This record gives sequence, C-alpha cells and structure tokens, in this order.
Amino acid sequence: MNWSIIIESTLEAMVTKNAVVFALAAIGLNIHYGYTGLLNFGQAGFMAAGAYGTGIAITQWGWTIGPAALFGIVLSVLLAFFLGLPTLRLRADYLAIVTIAAAEIIRRIVKSTQYSEVTGGSGGLNGIGRGFYDNNPIDSGLDLGIVSFSERELWFMVVGWGVVVLCMVLTYLLVRSPWGRVLKAIREDEDAVRSLGKNVTWYKMQSLILGGMFGALGGIMLTLEQQSVQPDQFFTPTTFFAFTALILGGAGRVFGPVVGSMLFWGIIQFTDVSLRQAIANDHIPTWLMDGVQAGQVRFIIAGGLLAALMIFRQQGLFGNKREVALDDH
Amino acid sequence: MTTDAFDQVEPRPGSPKRDTILSVDGLVRRFGGITAVDVDHLEIQANAITGLIGPNGAGKTTFFNLITGFDEVTAGTFQFKGEPLEGVPAYKVARKGLVRTFQLTKALSKLSVIENMKLGAVGQVGENPFKALIRPIWGNQEREIEARADELLKRFKLYEKRDDYAGELSGGQRKLLEMARALMADPEVICLDEPMAGVNPALTQSLLQHVKELKDEGLTVVFVEHDMDVVRDISDWVVVMAEGSIIAEGSHASIGKNQAVIDAYLGTAHEIDLGTIELDPEKH
Amino acid sequence: MPAAPRRLLLLLVALTSVLGFSFVGAGAASAQDATEEPGDPEATPEAEEAAEDESIASVVGSLKYDDEEDNEVPVEGVEISATGADGEEVAIDTTAEDGTFLLELPEPGEYTFTVNPDTIPDGISLRSEERGTTTFSLSPGQQRTVLFPLVEGEARERSSGSTKIAQVPQLAFEGFKFGLIIAMSAVGLSLIYGTTGLVNFAHGEVVTFGALLAYLFNVTFGLHLLIAGPIAVLLAGVFGGGFDRGFWRPLRNRGTSLIAMLVVSIGLSLVLRYIFLYQFGGRTRPFDQYAIQTDTIEFLNITMVRKDIWIVVVSIILLVLVALALGGTRIGKATRAVADNRDLAESSGIDVEKVILVVWAVGSGLAAVGGIFLGLTEQVSWQGGFQLLLLMFAGVTLGGLGTAYGALVGSIIVGLAVQLSTLVISSELKNVAALLILAFILLVRPQGILGRKERVG
Repeated sequence: MNWSIIIESTLEAMVTKNAVVFALAAIGLNIHYGYTGLLNFGQAGFMAAGAYGTGIAITQWGWTIGPAALFGIVLSVLLAFFLGLPTLRLRADYLAIVTIAAAEIIRRIVKSTQYSEVTGGSGGLNGIGRGFYDNNPIDSGLDLGIVSFSERELWFMVVGWGVVVLCMVLTYLLVRSPWGRVLKAIREDEDAVRSLGKNVTWYKMQSLILGGMFGALGGIMLTLEQQSVQPDQFFTPTTFFAFTALILGGAGRVFGPVVGSMLFWGIIQFTDVSLRQAIANDHIPTWLMDGVQAGQVRFIIAGGLLAALMIFRQQGLFGNKREVALDDH
Repeated sequence: MTTDAFDQVEPRPGSPKRDTILSVDGLVRRFGGITAVDVDHLEIQANAITGLIGPNGAGKTTFFNLITGFDEVTAGTFQFKGEPLEGVPAYKVARKGLVRTFQLTKALSKLSVIENMKLGAVGQVGENPFKALIRPIWGNQEREIEARADELLKRFKLYEKRDDYAGELSGGQRKLLEMARALMADPEVICLDEPMAGVNPALTQSLLQHVKELKDEGLTVVFVEHDMDVVRDISDWVVVMAEGSIIAEGSHASIGKNQAVIDAYLGTAHEIDLGTIELDPEKH
Repeated sequence: MPAAPRRLLLLLVALTSVLGFSFVGAGAASAQDATEEPGDPEATPEAEEAAEDESIASVVGSLKYDDEEDNEVPVEGVEISATGADGEEVAIDTTAEDGTFLLELPEPGEYTFTVNPDTIPDGISLRSEERGTTTFSLSPGQQRTVLFPLVEGEARERSSGSTKIAQVPQLAFEGFKFGLIIAMSAVGLSLIYGTTGLVNFAHGEVVTFGALLAYLFNVTFGLHLLIAGPIAVLLAGVFGGGFDRGFWRPLRNRGTSLIAMLVVSIGLSLVLRYIFLYQFGGRTRPFDQYAIQTDTIEFLNITMVRKDIWIVVVSIILLVLVALALGGTRIGKATRAVADNRDLAESSGIDVEKVILVVWAVGSGLAAVGGIFLGLTEQVSWQGGFQLLLLMFAGVTLGGLGTAYGALVGSIIVGLAVQLSTLVISSELKNVAALLILAFILLVRPQGILGRKERVG
C-alpha cells in the first residue's frame, strides 16, 4: 500500500475538477432542496444542458466561450420551465419523478445516433473551448510537497473555485433577503405561504430556474476542464452524487454544498485508490474484487452514504440539531 | 354585545345583510359522491364578527377552503366586495384582502417568530429575486415591516419569543403567531379556523380581546369555533352549518333556542348543553 | 440506536450473501468483458489528449449498432473515406475490432466523409442511405466525431407509409406485452405509495432482484426456469416483506418524513443497483431455457414466439387475480381502505402495518415476475429494473398514483405508447414518448386517469 499516493490523490480530488463541478451542482440542489424543498432528481439534466449547450455552440457554430456558456445557461432555464410547468403545482414527488425521467431522456437524446451530427452521439463532443487553456496566465505549476498541480490544473482551479465563490455569494445574498424568506417558508408549508398572498408556484419556478442555472454552470465547468463532453457523464448517479454531497455538507446552509462536495470526492477517491492499491498489492484477492469492481464501489458508497445520512443525520455533518428536532411536529 | 348592523336582520338562513362584504350563491363542493358543502345563499356583514358553528363534518373548514381559494367549487359563485372570486387562486384572494388561518396551525417551524411575521407583509420589494440581491433597495421597507411586526408581537405577547424558532412555541402561541402573521397581510376580512383550539385558558381571554379589537379597527372577522362560550362572548352573528348546508342564522341567543340547531347537534352528540359547554365532544 | 440499523445490516448481509457470492463466477467473468460500466465521470477520452498538440485536423468515430437488447455492438472492417472539396480522396480507414476509426486530414477545410456500403456486413445497414455521407469543415487542430447510424436489418427510414401501417398490429402486440410487464412490476410501486405515501425509487431494483434470483437458481444452480422462476418470486416476496418489516417500518416508526424516506430509497436504489453490477457484471445474460425460440407463430399479421403468448397469458391471469383479490378478499378490501384513508382505516380496526407488509410482499413478488418476464424478453441485466422504473412511474402516474387499477391501465397505455411511437420516432428515443405523455397528463389531469381529484395549489 502506497499511502503517499492515496493521500495525494485524495487531497487532489478534494480541490480539482469533480469537487468544483459537483459543488456547483450541489449549490443548485441546495436552492432547490435545501431552501425551497423541491426534489429535483434531474440535476444531471441541467448539467447536460449547460455542457452540451456550450459544447454545441462552440464546436458547431464557432461561438466563443462566453456567449456559448450563456447559451448553455439559457437552455437550462428553458428546461426548468418545461419541467416546472406541469409539476410545480403538484406535490413534491411529482417533480422528482419528472425530473429524473427528463434527465435520463436528455442523456439518451444526446447519445442517440439520430442527432449525432450535432451532439456527437455516444462519443460526445471534443475540442471544446481551446481558448480556455490558451488564455491561461499561469505559467508554472505549483508543488506543495504532498500534492502538486500543473499550470493547467491551477488555472482551472482559479476559475472554477472563483465561480463557486461567486455562486455562494449569490446564494448568501438571496437567502438572506425577503425572497429567500419566501423560499424557506415554502419549504416549511406552502399553503401557509399561499394564505399570505404569495404566488407559491411562481416562486418555486424561480427556485427551479436558479438552481438549474447553477447546475448548468457545473456542466459548463466540466466541459471546459476536459475540453470535451460525453453523454454518459450525465447518467442518473451524477445527480445523486451531487445530492449526497449536499446532504453530507448540510442542506440549507451556504457552505454546505461546497464542503460536502470536497468531502464527498475525498471519500470517493480515498476508497477508490485504496482499493486499487490493495488489489494491486494482493491485499484483496481478485475473486473478491477486481479492478473493474473497485470502480463500482463508489456508487455503493455514495448511495449508502445518502441513505444513512437521511436516516441518521439529515442536517449533515455540520448541521444544526436544533432545526432537525423541529421536524417532529 | 349588540350591534346596530344586525337590528333589522331576520334570523333565518340566507338573510340579506345591511352591508354585505362577502356573499355566496349556490355554493356546492362534492368529493366523489359525498356533498361536503351545499350553501344556497349566505351574506357576511362587514365590520362584524360572524361565528360559524356546527357539528363535526358540517363542512365549515371546506367552506373556508372554498371562499379563500384553497379548494375548487363544484358549482356556485361567491363575491367579495361585489367582485367574483370563484376560480381565483388562493394567493390572489389573500392579496385582495381575504386572509385565513388554519385549523392545524401552520406556523413555519424552522423560521424564527419574527421571520414568520415579516413573511406576512404584502408588496415586499425584496421578494423579487433580482432586487433581493441589493439590500439598499429593500432595506428600508424591511425595517418598516419589522417595526410593524414588533408592534404586533408585543400586542400578542410574543415579543420575548421573537428570535425563537416558531417550532419551539407552544400550541397556543402558534395560534397567536398565525393570527398576528395574518394581520401583517393587511386583511379586510380575516377567516379564523378554530382560533381557540389548543390555546390554554389563561391565553384565551387575551386572544378574544384581540379578536374584538380587530373589529374596532374596521376588520371583518369570520371564525369557526366549537367552544360556545367563545362564540357567545365575541360573535355579533352566528351561522350554523350541518351536513354542508346552513341551517340557521341569528344572534347567539336566538340560535340557542333554534330547534333545527338542537336537532343537528343531538344527531351527533348526546351530552348536550347548548351554550354552556363545548358543542363538540369529539374534539377532545 | 434502535434495532433499525442492526436489522438493516442483517438484511443487507443476507441479501448480498444470497445474491452476492453465488455470482462470483459471473462477476469475475465481467472483468474480461471490460464491463459497460457507464460514464465514469472521470473518464476522459485519450484520443482527445492525443489530438491536443497537432495542428492538423482529424475525425474520429465508431461504427456501432444497438441490438434488440439495446447493447451497442461494434462493427469491424467497414471502410470510411474522406474526400476534399476538390473531390480527391485524402484519407481512408477501416474500422477496428471495437468499431472505431480515425481519419487524419492533411489540413483544415471542408471534407466529405463516406461509408463504403459494400463493406458493411450483411444483416446490418445504414439507418438511411443519405446518412452514409456527411460533409463539414474542420478548423485547425480540430478533432470531430462523426457517426454513421447503423441498424440491424433493413434501414427503417426506408419503409413507406403503407408498411408502417402494416407494422401497427405487431407493435401493438409488443406494446401490450410490454405494458403488462410494466403493470405487473408497477402494482407494488403504486400500492406501496397508496398505503405508506412512499414513492419508492428502489422499486426498479426489486424488479431486477427478482430476475437475478431467477437467474441464480436457473443458470448458476441449474434448475429449470419453470422451477427457478417461482422460487425467485417467492423469495422476492419474502425479501420484500422482510424489507418492510426490518427497514421501512422502523423508519416509519421513527417518524422519518416521507421526503426523507424518498431520498433514502434513492440511496438504496444506487446501492442495490451497483451491488448487482458488482456481482452480476455489466453484460446481459439469457436464462438457460426459452432464450431463443425460432418457431414463430403468425396471427393477424403478428409474428410471435411461444414465450410471448405465455408471458401475456400468465400476466393477465396474475393481474386479474390481483384485481379480484383487491375487490373481493378481506385483505384486498383492507388494502384499498388503507390507501383511501389511512387514519380512518386504522380507527375502524384494520391492522395497517399488516396490510403494508402484505402489500410489500405481494408487490415485490409481482415485481419479480415482471423482472423475470423482462429477462425472458430482453435477457437479464443488472439495470433492467431501473430502466423500467421510469416507465413504471409514467404508468402509475398516468393511471393515478396510489391506485392498483390505475397502475394497470396506465402501464398498458405506456407500453403501447412506447412501442407504437417507434412508427414515427427512432427506436432509440422510444421512451421519450412515455415521458411526454407523463408531462401532458400532469398538465391536464394530475390525478391520473383513474385517480381521485386531490386539491392542488
């Protein structure tokens, strides 16, 4: 077992690509679930809207990154409208059903050969946004001893975490405003809010749109980081990774999704690399687990973590017990 | 308590009022095969306290749900200040000035008491997501709202609890909070669904006083209640429902002698002593 | 901590041990298949890295088609060429074993890419002849993916209107059969919702679980499917009941909110699905019996094999029995009463927890039947049930969430819609039709066809 590799890759996973992408997706889910009580189980669909919108605009129409990203966000807004319209008047579980189905449908559409001229089919789109790394002002890597980052990684981290911080500030401002108060009230009891003259359905729509936009930003950052996009990156577990990250860090608090995403990817990477090390060093016999199966363990951990948190610690690792106690009424 | 407004009003179901603020015609609500509400005609007198009583399952709460837009009518019309209200969504009904509370209190547990109160205020600039981002736009209004909320909290003796979670209040305090919050919405008519249920007797008197004060401030109060002492104490006019229909109207004195009312209650309960104890033993 | 976690642990251990290690052979085999574990979010195509520093443009792609089970099958040895704007061929490549090809282009510009139709193996054809060529321009250093859609059999888009109508009876039959499978799987989903209020997102895994159990007894232990199937159904019922007793009931008693339980079910779904994958591998596998039946029966323009008829007949019998049980037996009436109004049912002396237990057991058993029939139609897969889940939701919502009869009607409509939609849209996208129906029904009649109108905001 090479512990330095395990620690290095764990630390790296906590601050690079996935941590950023899923922090953004989870910030979006936090608006939905944490503040409004909406169950969006199709965040992957919003991420796909952002990623593919950007990717298509750049590779097919030759747009630059800025307008292309904007196009991706516009797509996510349209998606939110389309999903919200039939479901937001109804009970929370209908939204869950429709969103999970929609995200899966989106994945199948972009994967299908029928639209592959535009979406690249199962291969996805490549060569997206070269300008992103071309404009990298950082010209040397950073070596911190345990972990080191290339200049490319550093550039992505600067931009990615910059976007995350921006989204957190936005969330902070919004949830402390009267607007945020309405959302939190809807989370508690929407009839009460209705009785006070607020158009609850419309607020839920606003929440769905905003959270979906954050999700789209996550998809955009993913696309820029890897300069490509593949349809299967937006399969259902993607949404639940983000959901687990959110619950882990604490839903309904500004830092929750960000801390949660870092922790989540730390845990996933740690087990992943540890298992692979153990297999490589024959600590785990191959009849019990091989390399492919080691890659599947992350899903089991994510799902188990989500279920366990919802049962035993809904407030997340750092949440407030006092608030959860109020649920029992 | 007598009010001139009712001097000329006949004590019969559907009687016209001198100054009607809310009127209902042919209002029907069916669930599957069951008719929950079937009201021929009812008028509510403005600036008065009208008590709505009746045995369990009489359709009182459904009636409230219908006129406040929380339920859809099967048939019929109703007007608020002469304006048709059927099909109008609940939030718009509230904005027009017809605000309700709920039988099972809907205090928003994870919001503080003061946040609950501030939520009630209508026309808040900061409830627009774009303006919400810039505090200076809504900061002044927020301060005014907060001052008004503190005012009401003091009146309802909740000021000490202002920063507690609403979920930490007692049942009675939640009732108070809900009523105070409804007042934040500047209603003209306030519909209280069992405002005294679960309120401890020590609080009841002050709560009743608040309701009476509402009338003095020009509001119209409609309330559902089971406690006949309460009904006698504060209502100017009593409407009795049974099996979805209005079976009697009148002052509480005339209602106590009404044979239809006694029969309706006897149909559901035996230990009956109209006017002294609660009419609804199942409520305990 | 209460007994809940201990019971859960026991249950999971039991589950993995029964299912788990008996598949070890299968699991190990999966390594060589380089399983189709979908979309590792970390995966970055290496081809892209390679193209990074080159200033010339290139085109990559792969030739694949989806077989009946929706598996991608690569096609080897097909010639693909690139022609410049002047009509000169500048690059040519033949697809490799995995169906991929790479055309390196000398300079940026506009090119036409063509598949040589003579090199396409028999039994496979281009979706349509026009899609055999495509033209676009490439910028410096750009790498683009190009796909030539292939289908099994003759090109579908070539079929004219009259032959489409001729397909209707066949598709309708398949849709009806599929609808019955959805219905059987979904009865439990709907009744669990009706009696407990839980939208169980792990119900798809119950379906898969049934199919895997049958596979275990059938293929691993060598029992005939006619014996293995019923054993699997019974065991699935027992597990379903145990699951309620040992897991969901304690959660209900703890006062866990419905929303929280819904999210718990999502987590469980993920756990179970990937335990299945872990043990069963990513490949789809057939049962030992009835996998291939060649003697077709023609009836009213419908071609079917014997197992199709049996699936339809057994499904109808089971569903009729469910309907009769709900209408006529004590427990059935109690179930409807609980679904109608739990508090009222409880106060009138019905043992609500017992009803829920029965619903879980029977619902899981039926889901297992659905899973086995699905496996007979499409082979057994680790995510067969999950793929069915979205259609079950569509069917259940369409018919009215919480009602048993509604689940039947809605599911059959969804089955028909999915199959018949292939008349107008690509079969890759057939499930889209189900979602569109779902969205539409939520807009106009959110309580579903047979559901009772609930107050909505």
